[in-house]
Amino acid sequence: MNWLRQLFSRGRLNRELSEEIQAHLDEKVEELVAEGMSREEAMRSARREFGNVGLIEEDCREVWAWPSVEDVFFDIRYGLRSLTHNPVFAVVALLTIAIGVAANAAVFSVVNSVLLKPLNYPKAEELVALHQVAPGAEGLADFENGLLLSPSMYFTYADHNQTFQSLGVWITGTANVTGMAEPEQVRTVSVSDGVLQTLGVPPALGRWFSQVDQVPNGPVRVMLSYGYWQRRFGGDRTVIGRNITVDSQPREIVGVMPQGFRFVDADFDLTAPLAFNRGKVILAGFGFHGIARLKPGATIAEANADLTRLLPVWMDSWSNGPGSNPHIYEEWRITPMIRPLKQQVIGNVGELLWVVMGTIGLVMLIACANVTNLLLVRVETRQQELAVRTALGAGRTRIVRGILVESVMLGIIGGVVGAGLAYAGVRFLVAIGPSNLPRLNEIAIDARTLGFTFILSVLSGLLFGLIPALKYAGAGNISSLQSAGRTISVGRERHRARNLLVVGQVAMALVLLMSAGLMIRTFAALRTVDPGFADPQHLQALRISIPDSLIAESERVTRTQNAILEKLSAIQGVKSAGFVSEMPMEGFDSDWDEIFAEDKVYADNTIPPLRLYKHISPGLLHAAGTRLVAGREMTWSDVYGLRPVVMVSENLAREMWGTPSAAIGKRMREFPKMPWHEVVGVIQDVREKGVQDTAPEIVYWPPLMENAFGLGPAQATRTVTFVIRSDRAGTESFLTEVRAAVQSVNSDLPVASVRTMQEVYDKSVAQTSFTLVMLGIAGTMALTLGIIGIYGVMSYTVSQRKREIGIRLALGAQGGDVLKIVLRQGTKLALVGVVIGIAAALALTRLMANLLFGVTAHDPLTFVAVAALLILVAVLACYIPARRATLVDPIVALRYE
Amino acid sequence: MNKPIQRDLFPGALEMMILRTLKRQPMHGYALVQQIKRSSNDVLQIEEGSLYPALQRLLKEGFVKAEWGISSTNRRVRIYKLTAAGGKHLEREVSSFERMLKGITQVLAPGEL
Repeated sequence: MNWLRQLFSRGRLNRELSEEIQAHLDEKVEELVAEGMSREEAMRSARREFGNVGLIEEDCREVWAWPSVEDVFFDIRYGLRSLTHNPVFAVVALLTIAIGVAANAAVFSVVNSVLLKPLNYPKAEELVALHQVAPGAEGLADFENGLLLSPSMYFTYADHNQTFQSLGVWITGTANVTGMAEPEQVRTVSVSDGVLQTLGVPPALGRWFSQVDQVPNGPVRVMLSYGYWQRRFGGDRTVIGRNITVDSQPREIVGVMPQGFRFVDADFDLTAPLAFNRGKVILAGFGFHGIARLKPGATIAEANADLTRLLPVWMDSWSNGPGSNPHIYEEWRITPMIRPLKQQVIGNVGELLWVVMGTIGLVMLIACANVTNLLLVRVETRQQELAVRTALGAGRTRIVRGILVESVMLGIIGGVVGAGLAYAGVRFLVAIGPSNLPRLNEIAIDARTLGFTFILSVLSGLLFGLIPALKYAGAGNISSLQSAGRTISVGRERHRARNLLVVGQVAMALVLLMSAGLMIRTFAALRTVDPGFADPQHLQALRISIPDSLIAESERVTRTQNAILEKLSAIQGVKSAGFVSEMPMEGFDSDWDEIFAEDKVYADNTIPPLRLYKHISPGLLHAAGTRLVAGREMTWSDVYGLRPVVMVSENLAREMWGTPSAAIGKRMREFPKMPWHEVVGVIQDVREKGVQDTAPEIVYWPPLMENAFGLGPAQATRTVTFVIRSDRAGTESFLTEVRAAVQSVNSDLPVASVRTMQEVYDKSVAQTSFTLVMLGIAGTMALTLGIIGIYGVMSYTVSQRKREIGIRLALGAQGGDVLKIVLRQGTKLALVGVVIGIAAALALTRLMANLLFGVTAHDPLTFVAVAALLILVAVLACYIPARRATLVDPIVALRYE
Repeated sequence: MNKPIQRDLFPGALEMMILRTLKRQPMHGYALVQQIKRSSNDVLQIEEGSLYPALQRLLKEGFVKAEWGISSTNRRVRIYKLTAAGGKHLEREVSSFERMLKGITQVLAPGEL
């Protein structure tokens, strides 16, 4: 602790030193006087022979200094003092930095929480998603999830793999919970054995499912999510062992999962065992997400090879029924493409977030450029002071350090203020962030974000301090001492740094505005896309599921749905209503299968492209505002008469028969034993996966059909979305009446996913709107900072050139001439910046190509518009200083000399 | 740094001279300067001030200690005194200096090339 004592005994040390040196000098003077020198001369001589007292005292202090900390303390004190002497400079600089840091910290906290932090599972790095692709299965290529696993694949992989500690499959769904107050539709996740073990998160209460819960037709059990447990049972710890009625069946509650637990990216209320029947599963049924935990040390490549090896085993071990060829799947070229679970969760949002992070980083650079400019001006006005300090013996490093300490201090203070603002910023981001942003609930400012903020603050401090420090430290002391007092026109090289900064700012602002402009164009393009439904604000959607435990017989299911439609249509203000297995963009898992046309020839052992299957009620098209392109709609008599009719989407009709009208009367079926179904109508293409995605080819079946396999009773579509066209859509009173109408048909039917199609639509474009807002904010900040930068530099230039301008005016130059000179200078800078910016934008906007829609990354219109806007703004920013220049009074300007 | 002072012969030389001088008797800064100048027959023109940082270094290393006292001219001065550690340090430095000097002299000796 010696250095600590030294630090505090500093004052004494200094006093003693001064006293000692003074004594030395006195003694010398006395001696010289005794030798006959005059007192005055003696004092001069003594000082000369002693050397620079201040410097020597400093050298003495340095001997004791604890590695130059004290000097830094001194510099900080000095810096703080000079900051408080220039409050306007300090406030402007700090605000610029604080806002820049806050924006960066907020976006970084999102990037960190979503992309960088490991998932919330123990040893999350071992977790993988059993993703696989099937390039040979046409129609499957669009699948976001690749080819999902079938139960038989799960059994094969689970039984024979050599690279996983555990693996399992899971699927999301919904279920009706009754017997407690109002019936409720809840979100479920059904899991095979191995899923909970793979994720490895212990239950908050009770136990996991184990193998005994996976017995087909065995006792049915269920686990609750923390949220559902709180909501429905008030967190009652005695729920374990109690029964809950799920889809009209009693199920025993065996456990509660902890708060925040999700199945990969799925929120849920209940989870239940899948309980596959090993004796009954077939090859097909590719509907399950696979997850696994790698053995320690096993790589993804090894795991891929492991599963590739098992695919032939899978085909040999199972079949699709007697007479079918199991090796038909060889044509699909199924390829395991296992990926880290984190990648599966994050999906393609990484690209979006990095683009946003990049743009916000550019804003920070622009902010730094502005502060650099301010500092340059400040250092310049301090030239005289610095020159004096140098002349008095301050070393170059000392002055550079002083400037750097001051700028880093600015950076850190700005960073502290910025971190405070960032807390608000994060809340804002979470509020406007797309609700389908993965891990949205995990976004928070943590130690890493604070560390990032600190480093960013220090680095930007160094960045904007470096240029002034290098430029003015030590160089040309004498000349600056000579010239500092006079306002001669400054040399060109003095302006070079500032001009470069302005050019850089304009270039960066152009890049940012360009990306914002491209997003605006994208959004506009999205708005013009016909999603396949009209006036979504007045289209109420809700989902009703009728489990077979409630109504077993198929026709009664359809009649119940029909009755609900009638009750709904009777509500006041309802224009029309219909139902469909799922509306576009709702995001429910869809049915896909092959379809065979009667008039086409299919080679043996090939699988025709897979098509999206939907079931629609008569009247749906009218209610949803979906156009009928050719033919007619199905009728209720078609439905109840089990007539073999079908409808197809326009793109499917064109692909198979050339024109929509040519499709009418053609016949198709799903597989050989199914009766041929006649195409009666062609429906406009709908953007099933969102406006940005191409419309898939769709086959529309009736809601009630003969058993697909040609035997047994007819089959009904039990889970459907009802859509109601009404001006009252979305209002509370309307929804109350809707619920009452449904309950009047069957009091056990819960109403779920109640929303207007507008909400569905907005959610679908949420990612684009989010990007638009973020880039818009970044662009606006860049533009504002750019204007301030140009304005600042031009004002300063004009004030420096006052004398020159005064002379010009005195020699007869007109105000217009002066205006032109200043404007030309500013415009030239802006133009250079714009040219560089365009070159940079050409290279950089390509990075956001995947976020764009209906516009290329090099959209000429956006480029021209943004460039014009920037030049215009730059000229305006120059105009005010230019006007001021014309008002220079030659007499006043020259009087200073 | 461009300190306008005459550097001593090699780093550590000034410290060595200070220690040697103090070995004879404790003295204060001014006297020390005069003594060194005198004993080098004014060959070594050290800048008087440069003595003080050197003294501070020796103080920090514990080779000398300082006490406030009264000089012959009746001034309050700091009187420096060699410590035991300082004495040992001086011996080491002197012997290594002599070795070095011997080496240099041999190289510079005429006629042997």
